[in-house]
Amino acid sequence: MNNRIHAKLREQKKVLSIYFTAGYPKLEDTTRIIRELQSSGVDMIEIGLPFSDPLADGPTIQDSSTKALHNGMTTEKLFEQLEDIREDVDIPLIIMGYFNPMLQYGVEAFCKRCAAIGIDGLIIPDLPVEVYEASYKDIFETYGLANIFLITPQTSEARVRKIDATSEGFIYMVSSASVTGAKSTFGNAQEEYFDRIAALNLETPRIVGFGISNAETFNTATKKADGAIIGSAFIKHLTHHGVEKIKDFIAAIR
Amino acid sequence: MSYHVDQNGYYGNFGGAFIPEMLYPNVEELRTNYLQIMNDPSFKKDFDQLLKDYVGRPTPLYFAKRLSEKYGTRIYFKREDLNHTGAHKVNNTIGQILLARKLGKKRIIAETGAGQHGVATATVCALMGMQCVVYMGEIDIARQAPNVARMKMLGAEVRPALSGSRTLKDATNEAIRDWINNPLDTHYIIGSAIGPHPYPDMVTRFQSVISEEIRKQLLEKEGRDYPDHVVACIGGGSNAAGSYYHFLDDTRVNIIAVEAAGKGIDSGESAATSALGREGIIHGCKTLLMQTDDGQITEPYSISAGLDYPGVGPMHAHLYASKRGEFISVTDDDAMNAGLELTRLEGIIPAIETAHALAVPQQRPFKKDEVVVINLSGRGDKDLNTYIDHFNL
Repeated sequence: MNNRIHAKLREQKKVLSIYFTAGYPKLEDTTRIIRELQSSGVDMIEIGLPFSDPLADGPTIQDSSTKALHNGMTTEKLFEQLEDIREDVDIPLIIMGYFNPMLQYGVEAFCKRCAAIGIDGLIIPDLPVEVYEASYKDIFETYGLANIFLITPQTSEARVRKIDATSEGFIYMVSSASVTGAKSTFGNAQEEYFDRIAALNLETPRIVGFGISNAETFNTATKKADGAIIGSAFIKHLTHHGVEKIKDFIAAIR
Repeated sequence: MSYHVDQNGYYGNFGGAFIPEMLYPNVEELRTNYLQIMNDPSFKKDFDQLLKDYVGRPTPLYFAKRLSEKYGTRIYFKREDLNHTGAHKVNNTIGQILLARKLGKKRIIAETGAGQHGVATATVCALMGMQCVVYMGEIDIARQAPNVARMKMLGAEVRPALSGSRTLKDATNEAIRDWINNPLDTHYIIGSAIGPHPYPDMVTRFQSVISEEIRKQLLEKEGRDYPDHVVACIGGGSNAAGSYYHFLDDTRVNIIAVEAAGKGIDSGESAATSALGREGIIHGCKTLLMQTDDGQITEPYSISAGLDYPGVGPMHAHLYASKRGEFISVTDDDAMNAGLELTRLEGIIPAIETAHALAVPQQRPFKKDEVVVINLSGRGDKDLNTYIDHFNL
């Protein structure tokens, strides 16, 4: 597989990736946020498909998801909004969402639509690697979509290696045992974990997420990894300062 | 066809473990250990001893003479309401806390709807001297105040779930998030036959003491070790799973599952999952689930907090899909009337969850010589305010 994610990670720079929830703060903000992020110099974007019961998320992403659904966001609506996104956006785009909405849309239909739009990968926190391999890997490969798996400080080395072998694009390193938006600083335990995973010499690049909120945590996280993802902190910024001030948030990271 | 869990954690098409990677080590630790621990003779001895001396098992199988006369059949009640803490839930919490201790866990979390599972968890935590946090929807905290007070008195911390519909589904989300945040020292005691594998099977096995006793007791009373019908209410389905377990492969036994229709199946305020649900994923398992076309989980409704859940356990989804189980739904009003009827005819005040199962003889005639066992899963002390308001008592 070789898509925009792979190309981006070959550039040898520390990737800054931003997560936001589609349809928040307003239903029609999705493409505007993507364009603002690209022009602010963000390297990659994760577009959150909102879900009613986001198990792995803290209050910030839960609230944005609830509001996005209330605003009328649906799977079909998101695809419609993204229809022409590749006319002027060329950075990697990833859809992150829980599995049930994809299952109801039809996994193959979902992947096909993503490919038609120019989506490069998917992050599905509640689709375990075993189920993916048994039932869905062929579909993802047919449509050239990287499926990105998570690892955590508790993931065993054997399992990290298994995930490395199955992964396309990058491995999403969850920084600590927590839901999103829970921590604001990194301690010794995180740095030791970053070092430990770096020492495994995995084939797949690693991007760190959860607990990245500012330049300091971004720099710490990317010392031994290929990039970092900011989610909750960015959504808080959107809530307080609006879509107009996206550039300020990104400029403060690097 | 098998109605038991397979090696991969599935009941037919339902079940599995659709969990975020953060939960994988915990769930995997359980999966690889639960059968071995449960089959260990010393574990069995401790479990059986506590069920006998602390919970008060075996619970009676009671022939309800007046109710049987009224409905022209032979109705027995399995008196799970007589367990310590007032419901079947304690069978599972005793089992799981012993298992948690074997795994070296120090802290227990749980979700609760009606508060029965929360009380049963807080009780065993007090018994074992373990820290206990119970998540409960804000709405349920208001409608099940006596159980909240009991949990607090037992030393548990009750944390309100403030998201979504603020009921059982949301309490479960919060408990799962807690487990993600506390992966090393914490065991999550799920109270229903839901969640990722091995939970549905583990909970079912701990609750299977119900059908094991029914068999023995029926043999004494009726000279045969099976009923014609076994009836239980279903939210997630733990009391039902335990009532059915030893009869799953016995096709002489008709399995009846009773769901909460709320204000009516087509009212938009219902929790009748088999009628309103489609295959989907909730709380880590694939099962029947009430959801929008877009795959968003729907807010259920029932007057009974314990049945107010948008899914059913995967075993029950399989019983429904394979037609092994007969699924019936009962409205709030019919359940409340059946609860009052039992109180007046037999002198037993049932939990409103249980009252749904009690409405079955009105909806579905049984033959005169048929033996019908209804699991009387819980007592109604916690529901007195709801009964009083409903009937202006």
